[in-house]
Amino acid sequence: MLSDIVAQYTQDSTSYHGDLAFSSSNAWQGDVAKQFGQLSFDLPNTGNPAEFLHQYTDVKSDHDALIKLAHGTTTLAFKYADGVVIATDSRATQGSVIASQSVKKIIEINPYLLGTMAGGAADCAFWERELGRRCRLYELRNKERISVAAASKLLGNMVYSYKGMGLSMGTMVSGWDKTGPNLYYVDNDGTRLKGNLFSVGSGSPFAYGVLDRGYDHELQKEDALELGKRSIYHATHRDAFSGGYVRLFHMNEDGWEFISLTDMDDLHWKYTGDAAVTAS
Amino acid sequence: MECLLGLVGKDFAITVTDTSVIRSITVLKHNENKSRELNPHTLLAFCGEPGDTINFAEFIQKNIKLYGIRNNVELSPHAAANFTRRELAQALRSRSSYQTNMLVAGYDAQKGPSLFWIDYLAALVEVPFAAHGYCAYYCLSIMDRYYRKDMDLEEAKDVIRKCIDELQHRFIINLPRFVIQVVDKDGIREIQL
Repeated sequence: MLSDIVAQYTQDSTSYHGDLAFSSSNAWQGDVAKQFGQLSFDLPNTGNPAEFLHQYTDVKSDHDALIKLAHGTTTLAFKYADGVVIATDSRATQGSVIASQSVKKIIEINPYLLGTMAGGAADCAFWERELGRRCRLYELRNKERISVAAASKLLGNMVYSYKGMGLSMGTMVSGWDKTGPNLYYVDNDGTRLKGNLFSVGSGSPFAYGVLDRGYDHELQKEDALELGKRSIYHATHRDAFSGGYVRLFHMNEDGWEFISLTDMDDLHWKYTGDAAVTAS
Repeated sequence: MECLLGLVGKDFAITVTDTSVIRSITVLKHNENKSRELNPHTLLAFCGEPGDTINFAEFIQKNIKLYGIRNNVELSPHAAANFTRRELAQALRSRSSYQTNMLVAGYDAQKGPSLFWIDYLAALVEVPFAAHGYCAYYCLSIMDRYYRKDMDLEEAKDVIRKCIDELQHRFIINLPRFVIQVVDKDGIREIQL
């Protein structure tokens, strides 16, 4: 019995890499759940899949490429006494073109876990959906909700196994578990950090400025939500690649709560004090 | 840009790690712990490529803990350092390697305190004092000048204070906080300067 457990954990370190990538013909026997526990992707049939894809992908939006990534973002999340505030803008850009003004950059992983979207929209959407699936499997197996720490580690390990293959995502996973409100930052190079306050995306330095100055752990819920909204507004004002609407969520003890979706134009006139336009 | 220091005293070894996580021009986190306890008398401090560092350090940590559980004997610091080196060297010759620099500080009941320097190319050296990253440029000379064998804890803290003061005086990157950990016969503990 113990030797089974030992065998399971003593594989050599190098085989952790690409365990998802190269298992297409590897059919699982026995545990049916395991069948669904593993993904397999077809990779370009070259020596270096990442390099192959790189020539067709526009990473910095500075040249014409077949695969265009939508990016340019401001997202933020912070933990305080009453929970977590999560706020994002809603603009997607492809080079100098605004591709969309109505992107949902807050991803509802399940009723008590939220993820944010920065970097490649497709990568974030796909991997956070996959995370939701694995969290559900965890719940079915263990008759217990997964902790935010474990969920963020699942995501971190998934993207780490594809390190160097061109994934692009910067996300914040937040939720409420037995230990209370939690917030983690996870990105495509496999970094996973626990923290009280994060902001990700091209507009993040602007958001950090307003957020850090106004942040206090003992903030009232109303003030905390307003701080999140204002930080996004000020970031979109200075960052050309952010804009659209402020999407605002709050993490409560019983799961996430949608707060508001506010047009940046309305916010602008509200904050600049123009009486001609009534604030929403 | 990270800072990793270590030195060996009379009956203890010390590691010093900065606590900043820096991405691009932003400090993402101010209070990150960049070390892992391998067993009650061995500490692994690390810096390098984000993602690789923690993944490799935790892989080593769990395997060394497992060794202790299986055999009822803990790996000595010397053995732990050599195990770490070998795993790193094997990964280096595979499709994906770990870009992780490390210091292993430990205390052995028979052999006393020790410090091992390991870089991402899997070179392993036992040293009286060591540094990784840019801070090596400032701190190695300070330790060359002020390090003596058989220093007591207060004298060692004094040398570390000199290193940190110099970094905060000359180094362009702002490193406001450090974690200083001591390994001795009683185990691993964090101290304040």
